Amino acid sequence: MTESILFNAIVFLAGAVICVPLAKKVGLSSVLGYLFAGVLIGPYLLGFVGEEGQDILHFAEFGVVMMLFLIGLEIEPKNFWNMRKTILGMGGAQVIGTMLLSFLMFDLMGFDWKVSLTISMAVALSSTAITLQTLKEKGLFETTYGASSFSILLFQDIIVIFMLGALPLLSNIDESALGAEVEADHASLLDNLPLGLQTLAIILSVVSIVVAGRYLFVPMLRKVANTRVRELLTASALLIVLGISLLMELVGLSPALGAFLGGVVLATSEFKHELESTLEPFKDLLLGLFFMAVGASIDFMVIKENPLGVGGVLMAVIALKAVVLFLVGALFRLKLDQRLLLTVGLAQIGEFAFVLLSFAFQLNILSATQMDTMLVVTALTMVMTPILGILNERLVLPRVGTKESEKRPIDHIAKQHKVILVGFGHFGSTVGRFLRSHGIEATILDFDSNRVDLLRKMGFEVYYGDATRIDLLESAGIAEAKILISALDDPNSTLKLMKMVKKRYPHLELMVRVKNRYEAFELFDMGIENVYRETLDTSVRLASDVLSKMGFRKYTLYRQAQNFIKLDEQSMRRLAKERPKDEKEYIFRVREEIAQQERVMEEDWQRGIYQNDNHWDSEQMRLADEATKKKT
Amino acid sequence: MNSILILFAHPKFEQSRTNKALVRRIESVEGLTFHDLYERYPDFHIDISYEKELLAGHDIVIWHHPMYWYSCPPLLKQWIDLVLEYGWAYGPKGTALKAKKCLNVITTGGTRALYCAEGRNHYSVNEFLRPFEQTARLCGMEYLPPFAVMGTHELTDAELERETCKYEKTIRLLQQGGSSSDLKACDLLNDVPDLN
Repeated sequence: MTESILFNAIVFLAGAVICVPLAKKVGLSSVLGYLFAGVLIGPYLLGFVGEEGQDILHFAEFGVVMMLFLIGLEIEPKNFWNMRKTILGMGGAQVIGTMLLSFLMFDLMGFDWKVSLTISMAVALSSTAITLQTLKEKGLFETTYGASSFSILLFQDIIVIFMLGALPLLSNIDESALGAEVEADHASLLDNLPLGLQTLAIILSVVSIVVAGRYLFVPMLRKVANTRVRELLTASALLIVLGISLLMELVGLSPALGAFLGGVVLATSEFKHELESTLEPFKDLLLGLFFMAVGASIDFMVIKENPLGVGGVLMAVIALKAVVLFLVGALFRLKLDQRLLLTVGLAQIGEFAFVLLSFAFQLNILSATQMDTMLVVTALTMVMTPILGILNERLVLPRVGTKESEKRPIDHIAKQHKVILVGFGHFGSTVGRFLRSHGIEATILDFDSNRVDLLRKMGFEVYYGDATRIDLLESAGIAEAKILISALDDPNSTLKLMKMVKKRYPHLELMVRVKNRYEAFELFDMGIENVYRETLDTSVRLASDVLSKMGFRKYTLYRQAQNFIKLDEQSMRRLAKERPKDEKEYIFRVREEIAQQERVMEEDWQRGIYQNDNHWDSEQMRLADEATKKKT
Repeated sequence: MNSILILFAHPKFEQSRTNKALVRRIESVEGLTFHDLYERYPDFHIDISYEKELLAGHDIVIWHHPMYWYSCPPLLKQWIDLVLEYGWAYGPKGTALKAKKCLNVITTGGTRALYCAEGRNHYSVNEFLRPFEQTARLCGMEYLPPFAVMGTHELTDAELERETCKYEKTIRLLQQGGSSSDLKACDLLNDVPDLN
């Protein structure tokens, strides 16, 4: 079989495209869909993917890194600091409890203590990918269950560093005799340095992420944004995440952890929403790939050889993890339904186990059979937990009272406003300032990063991004907004935005700046009534001032100007209905615009010079008086 | 010499023959500030602190306006509502206008004969101007009888010329600060013996 990249890509993509919608259709999570797709295309069913499954798994782990970066983006440093107790407390309790129990279990099963300890380390970890993906898909991120899961996973991400560091100490063979193989696989620049320097390097690299986030990433993103080439921003976002990952790997830290940190640092920057919407598709694809690779890596030969053994360990591990999680939940006073969700949600062995187990095998702690068995068990737990989750949700939870939907304090989008203001140029900023002077703080979106930066310094809440992308609008809270103001300069962007918003959020009140009457016509056609021509009021005001300098009275001009604007608005709306609708071609539009202009002028002419306004005109009364006197 | 502030309110000044003549006659008199409210505040957005400053800097305040429906044009009412603030113009600490003099200068379409118990309008202009009189009194100002150019529809050019002349004389008389009791003895300043 020709194992070209193209062929592999097609297999994976087709697997995803077929299996995930099927899973969704029968009410399963997408994670399960991906896992089954993996099993399906794996070596034991269709056989499209063979040994390279492991490599793909390694590559796809990058999806987890990206996910943590995105999660970091949603957590402002202040909130992260507030979570420290939960992270240490819950995470610590979970890891220690699980390790203890599983060590006892494997020890009782007659394994060597080193083997038991190694396996217990792997078992203590849960799958960040599966858990967080499920949380997000079900919108449970904001519950106590979500927060607890996240805290525990974060702690595991940190503790895994120490586990990897401790493994060589358990090794039966002399470390120096390990040979180049291990070195190559787990090379860290620091291995040859004394412990003190290693620690220093680790601290330095963490500090450098924080500093770079502030003083390197943000200025870089601004520069890139200035070029207004959209894909460059995507490239920089990827560059940041990859750079952090590389740095972390060099000093032997978990890339996921580093990415998370990078995300937290950037959470307060104006690029937050843009980064989110840029990286989201990459993350989703890579995670999907990761789940498929997990599915494909399940070695059915191992199961076939020892079905009872594998099944037994699988059951035991899940039960054991569940018990510890349930107890931790109780210890931290989670409500019963939240506790059950946590129990089932984190009861799998995580992706870090793949790394730990193969490392332990290289270190000669585990035998090939032990590793294979545990790898299969790990993959199977990943498959099992979403299934158990469904059982829990459908059979158990309905019996333990109402679902809790309390809000966590760790709120991601800082403030959800009722008004969204798109475009903060000369027009939009005036709108924003006037609203602000009335205590209305709109959520502002703008595509000019310099301006965004400046305005943020002035205390405006401005987000950077292309507002014609629905995902950005959604993260800015369009679903909760009452009014959306479009102050965009470019007519095409305005139209694009309006079409999209009108379709997705038909009840949102739209207030739109337009260039001229022709742009207004298109919005009328879409049923948008609140249309503001940017030049109308200003040009009438200028004309009024000219007339005033020529000796016309200001108050009269003021009244006439208001009258003029009112009549012009009326005639525009009337003409909008009269104009031919199907003539969309440019040549017709030009002709139409000239015709329009002609009609407007004609109407002005018919109205004449402000003769309608006879108010307060004593001369008229005098003439009328004289006329009556002459008659009598 | 008393300084005079004329607060002029006419929404269609350009079409008022009488007021154009009156204003042209007095606007450049020395020691007099002619303040055209409708030209200054076409959007009715009155600069209150500026108005207070003007008031504080003058001894005599004249509300010059046409009579519309037995009262003043809306901008002048707006001016009274906004500028004569509690605690400044009236009330316990409102002494800013104390001892200033105040009067209306008005133009009416109808003749003086129409403004009496027997006439179509039933009341004299003095009676119609009671709200202004009381406003001035509440602000501690001394309210003088109005100067009124009446029957403007029927005024001949010669008659109009006579009235504008009398307006200027009245202004000058006020500037010199004649005795108030002499002025108050008449219904209208137009009747003051010195002017005729």
